[in-house]
Amino acid sequence: MRTMHAPGSRTVRLLVCLIFGWGFSQPVATARAEEAAATTRVDFDRDIRPILSENCFLCHGPSASSRAVDLRLDTQAGLFEIRGETAVVQPGKPDSSELIRRIQATDTDELMPPPDSKLKLTQQQIILLRNWVEAGAPWSGHWAFTNPVAPEIPDRELTSSNPIDVLVRKELLARNLRPAPPASREELLRRVKFDLTGLPPTIEELDQFLADDSPGAYEALVDRFLASPHYGERMAWTWLDVARYADTNGYQGDRERTMWPWRDWVIRAYNENLPYDQFTIKQLAGDLLPQASRDDLLATGFCRNHMINGEGGRIAEENRVEYVFDQTETMGTVWLGLTLTCSRCHDHKYDPLTQREYYQFFDFFNQTPVNGAGGDPRMPPNLEVPSPAQEQQLANFSEQIQQARNKIKAREQQLNSELESWLAAKKNELLPSSKWVPLVPQTARAEHQTLTIQPGHAVLVGGPNPDQDRYEIEAIPDATPDQASLTIASLRLDALRHATMTAGGLARSDSGNFVLTEIRVEAVSPDGTARPVDIVSAQATHEQGNLKITNAFDADPRSGWAVLQGKFVDRDHAAVFRFREPVAWTPGMRFRIHLNFESPHRHHNLGYFLLSVSADRDAPLDEAALPLLQALRTPAESRTQDQLQLLQQRQRQDDPLHRQVTGELAELEKSRNALKQQVPVVMIMRDQDQRRATYLLEKGLYNKPGAEARASLPDWLPAASTALSERPNRLDLARWLVDPHNPLTARVSVNRVWQMFFGTGLVKTAEDFGSQGTKPTHPALLDWLAVQFVNSGWDMKQLHKVIVMSETYRQTARVSPELYENDPENIWLARGPRSRLPSWMIRDQALAVSGLLVPELGGPPVNPYQPEGIWAEATFGKIKYVQDHGDKLYRRTLYTFWRRIVGPTMLFDNSPRQTCSVLDYRTNTPLHALVTLNDITYVEAARVLAARVLREQTDTQSRLELAMRLVTSRRPSPEEFRILEGRLQQLQHDYAAHPEEAEAVLQIGEYRDPAPLDRTDHAAWTGLCTLLLNLDEAISH
Amino acid sequence: MDLFQDFSRQQTRRGLLGTSAQGLGTAALASLLNPMTPGRAAATEPTRGQSDLPHFTPRAKRVVYLLQNGAPSHVDLFDYKPMLKEWHGKQIPDEIAGGKRFSTMTGGQTLRPVLSEITRFAQHGESGAWVSDFMPATAGIADDLCFIKSMYTESVNHAPAITFFLTGSEMPGRPSLGAWLTYGLGDSSRNLPSFVAMTSRDKEASCGQIFYDFYWGSGFLPSKYQGVKFRGSGEPVLYLANPAGMSRERRRGILDDLARMNELQYAATGDPEITTRIAQYEMAYKMQMSVPELTDFSNEPAHVLERYGPDVHRQGSYAYNCLMARRLLEQDVRFVQLMHAGWDQHRNLNTQLKIQCEDTDAPSAALVRDLKERGLLDDTLVIWGGEFGRTPFLQGKIEETETWGRDHHPYTFSIWMCGGGIKPGISHGASDDFGFSAVENKVHVHDFQATILHLLGIDHERFTYRFQGRRFRLTDIYGQVVKDILR
Repeated sequence: MRTMHAPGSRTVRLLVCLIFGWGFSQPVATARAEEAAATTRVDFDRDIRPILSENCFLCHGPSASSRAVDLRLDTQAGLFEIRGETAVVQPGKPDSSELIRRIQATDTDELMPPPDSKLKLTQQQIILLRNWVEAGAPWSGHWAFTNPVAPEIPDRELTSSNPIDVLVRKELLARNLRPAPPASREELLRRVKFDLTGLPPTIEELDQFLADDSPGAYEALVDRFLASPHYGERMAWTWLDVARYADTNGYQGDRERTMWPWRDWVIRAYNENLPYDQFTIKQLAGDLLPQASRDDLLATGFCRNHMINGEGGRIAEENRVEYVFDQTETMGTVWLGLTLTCSRCHDHKYDPLTQREYYQFFDFFNQTPVNGAGGDPRMPPNLEVPSPAQEQQLANFSEQIQQARNKIKAREQQLNSELESWLAAKKNELLPSSKWVPLVPQTARAEHQTLTIQPGHAVLVGGPNPDQDRYEIEAIPDATPDQASLTIASLRLDALRHATMTAGGLARSDSGNFVLTEIRVEAVSPDGTARPVDIVSAQATHEQGNLKITNAFDADPRSGWAVLQGKFVDRDHAAVFRFREPVAWTPGMRFRIHLNFESPHRHHNLGYFLLSVSADRDAPLDEAALPLLQALRTPAESRTQDQLQLLQQRQRQDDPLHRQVTGELAELEKSRNALKQQVPVVMIMRDQDQRRATYLLEKGLYNKPGAEARASLPDWLPAASTALSERPNRLDLARWLVDPHNPLTARVSVNRVWQMFFGTGLVKTAEDFGSQGTKPTHPALLDWLAVQFVNSGWDMKQLHKVIVMSETYRQTARVSPELYENDPENIWLARGPRSRLPSWMIRDQALAVSGLLVPELGGPPVNPYQPEGIWAEATFGKIKYVQDHGDKLYRRTLYTFWRRIVGPTMLFDNSPRQTCSVLDYRTNTPLHALVTLNDITYVEAARVLAARVLREQTDTQSRLELAMRLVTSRRPSPEEFRILEGRLQQLQHDYAAHPEEAEAVLQIGEYRDPAPLDRTDHAAWTGLCTLLLNLDEAISH
Repeated sequence: MDLFQDFSRQQTRRGLLGTSAQGLGTAALASLLNPMTPGRAAATEPTRGQSDLPHFTPRAKRVVYLLQNGAPSHVDLFDYKPMLKEWHGKQIPDEIAGGKRFSTMTGGQTLRPVLSEITRFAQHGESGAWVSDFMPATAGIADDLCFIKSMYTESVNHAPAITFFLTGSEMPGRPSLGAWLTYGLGDSSRNLPSFVAMTSRDKEASCGQIFYDFYWGSGFLPSKYQGVKFRGSGEPVLYLANPAGMSRERRRGILDDLARMNELQYAATGDPEITTRIAQYEMAYKMQMSVPELTDFSNEPAHVLERYGPDVHRQGSYAYNCLMARRLLEQDVRFVQLMHAGWDQHRNLNTQLKIQCEDTDAPSAALVRDLKERGLLDDTLVIWGGEFGRTPFLQGKIEETETWGRDHHPYTFSIWMCGGGIKPGISHGASDDFGFSAVENKVHVHDFQATILHLLGIDHERFTYRFQGRRFRLTDIYGQVVKDILR
């Protein structure tokens, strides 16, 4: 073991290899290596780094914790390190390079990669590495982390060609390939219209374009599509996949949210051609822009589209951390094309991203006041986003409500000035409204506290605040002269709130609650003899659980009556105690009332109360009457504020005009609140004032914080042109992403656009531009696109236009077996792109060609046809799918309600919209066929398309031609015509013999034909249109 | 029959077809158009596996995974611990339970009295396996089963733990076991998908767990590998039935001409995706026939139906799904994932556990017997188990027997496996005297997964998929095949 192997390191290496030793079936870099070995010039970044990354970086790469013998091959310094006598790589001298010696070692103890890692270099790779060292071992950094430089393109080539074509042809030439001829006009129109608007060409568009020989015909068409409002819808779809947009939270419960105004913002942004740098800044940090507009706030909904977990038993902080992970990693994938996820737990194994840098990114997003608990689908920070109509209505309401309030105020001022005269006039009428007569306290005392008799006969408790107390009050009824003698059958205790009690409640206890443990009543004769008065029943305004009113006279000194309803007592209470025998009261007699507060709960002593009596044993517990009576009896100058308000209230109730205006106000407020309920609330971003500290989380666990990390940017990427703020925030991050010096954002973005038009990106791994991602097939083209995108001011429409204007895009997709074998994935672009339409476009096409499509833009999501029970089965019947009717069945698929746990069933291979997704999900399985053959949507579209064809043309030939043109954009060949006509005739015969079956076909779907057609014909044509809508050509472009 | 040779032949045949498909001539295509032409079936095998698979001779061709969602109580069913009775009502010793993490439901509970099993245990069969009296039918097949009594896992919550069992990761996003197998081994059935999932729950719906579709999802693998969910009500497969007025004959005619038209399109463009599409439409047509046949139990003998119990006639029940599973396996569906929710006895151990057992015991055993009688058990792996176990101590109050329960418990639990290369009539591993921690021959979830792959002829360390710059495995970077339970 020489210098590279410190004693004992074998164990380390073995261990490391065991832990991270992946088995794998085929060396991924082989093909590339073979290719490079064949050519003379070895390019380090293209040919050598992938071999090292694949086979060596796990143990000799960026991750310090898994690094063996402290050797790293991912840096220039490490690769050319000299240890003692031995160089890892000695330029020009493969035989003196330890790396070369070790990969060729025959001793399995020396061989690298170690056999137990299950990694093995191919012969070609070994030759390639040798050649590279021999050629002087030129080194360069990872391509994607250096700035793109637009390639030089000779002027003479540019005068006649789109730079895209110049750069694509260069690669074709190098491989002895030739570009394909241009696509037919039909093929091209179909391709470009779907790509730019997601909709099929109309017959008029086809006719016009086929007839227009002018050189600018195609460009005019492209400009028209770019200007179409449907352009924004088409582009929005892809962005919604990226943004993991859905109409529910996901997870158990899967509550519904209203993020769709954000979706409409995206459509508008594309249609208005918002530059991509602004598009980026607004969505990541619109809230932090100076004078942020409502749209700027709305745009940040992007960050809040993540799933929300409302499952019981989940820990709030764990959830919140998950959300921030999602936001951080979405940013990483969408703008940087980097897979940050690995670094949640440890330094990245292949890219230079450390765990610390991950949490530095994380810290940018970690500053919102979002609460992880509960799964509220409107979890603040949020924003109400009324539609313009709603906004107008709300403004109208505000104005009307203000007017109503003014009217009320004016009326009340008027009434206030008339209060005394009103009272004078009404007093007698008001007085008999109560059967209760106040007991006027003569003496009132307690064992510990001070009792004061108040004007209006209430008793206020003050002084020390003992744990328990006993009160004794002697009082006489407030009898008017004509009631000189009375029969008294019941006693009433009003517990009143007072400002000196806890939180303005009923007592000086922690909750403002009291516990009356015992009440005793005595009738005291003028001679002083006291006779107990038995209480047999009682009634209270409220009883707190087991603390019933009957406990107050059960002779158990511990049990009692209490009234707590919520956290604090915030209302008055009362109880009525009914006597066994009525007491005949004559002047000179007194009542002595004992009130005991001896519960184990401390300080639960009633603080302010009023006693009264009634002759009626069944006198109701009329809560309002007594205080009013009190107020009426109190002289104006002694009235409390409460009493004044009470009288005013009574006066207002008595006033028809006041009643009318308050009624109006209530109606207005009710309507406004109902409207507000309909206003969507979008979750947005806003940072809290107090900075939340971010820590490196061990293994990504929320409860295992390590060292602190603060928002900043990785230093292995170019810094921002302008310095970060003192306390860097998301706005700094967003600006850095779209800084002209950022080497990734523009490349990553144009690559996704390329993928949208060509099916595959120039970098196939659109999600990974790191060292494990694939290298660009056309690096010069990628850089040219990136540079021109930035130089154009991040003009999205221009980028889309330059691509669709290229001859590369306009080639025919037809492919010969030889070419296909040579380049099955169309990497070198010697033919035009051809792919199956995404499933949402297939549905939109069916709606469009049949004429069912309702092309309205934006608005709340809709529920078109889906199989019965589709939500109920997944949610144990808790959520049921309620299908819409009428126009809502025929909106573009973009507006279909997206329930995360059961995505729309008609979309067979879309991104599941759970996390950020930038890849194309298209597949080819039997389940797709079942959808487009059997789903009501498609059967109905076939029926309505059939009706359209039958109406618009009269003979079979023209009808077949029209139908074929509608779904494939071209006319049928004679052979195709024969097949279709044959099938049509068979279906006609068949349905003629089975009219009930024809009728059955024609009943599918809710759309009703305005004027019924011949049933046999219509059914047969429906069958034929089903065939046409399922043609490979119909579902491809 | 040598399974390995059989596989190799299939691979070669697929390989040939794969190459020729690119240059598929009109003659070959014409044969696709007539369902009676023998060549047709071959073209409906569009999904080929990986060329280096299987790595070695597989012992199992098919798998049925009876996943008991909610976590069955191991100490009440299979892991007999007389110590529990002795300690009943007494605080579980600290040296057993100290410092362990529990769910938020008992995490704060300081009283952890040991709860004796609520069932009666007895030994069964020649193997003498301990099985509780709640599982009489399972006890009856004990000599066919291999009990693993030392399973352990990482997660204490349902969804992450189930996801961990099925995908090797607690977070959604990785392919589930069935998807890995279709990716690796290709399509297995001519008329049906290779990976089918079915779900059921207890009649009272005593627990609110949802079956997320990522339980049978393809994660980062292409979506064609995801499991096809057979639904518990209505049509078993979405959009399976032809619309009203579209008879099977009419559909046949339309599909024939559709294929003819697509063939012309293929000739015009040369895009081989079109030939795959033709094949997929044919497969769809076959499924329209084969799936309803599957659900027609009228040809099942009465004694077979009886075994599964009366619920076998109720679509969406566990018994129904078990019989469906056997019928799917007979059609060479490779992976049937059957999930039954309701085992989550936090507060209703004394009432609900029995119901759970009654719903599932007979059908599980019936499935094993049926497979055995048909000679399918030799190369069909049957797995029964939950996502974790339940605490040997009580959740709730000892005096309130009505609401006795047990909380989630990841430190040990029991599962059983049988058929397809598994030693019958054995018990592997053991937990401590309280059934608290696995102590002997511990089997981690990744070991379990490695073993399943092994039985299917796959070295779990060499079976990878590259995504986001990393090679992913079902077993992450762990897992060891449990050799002791292999035949």
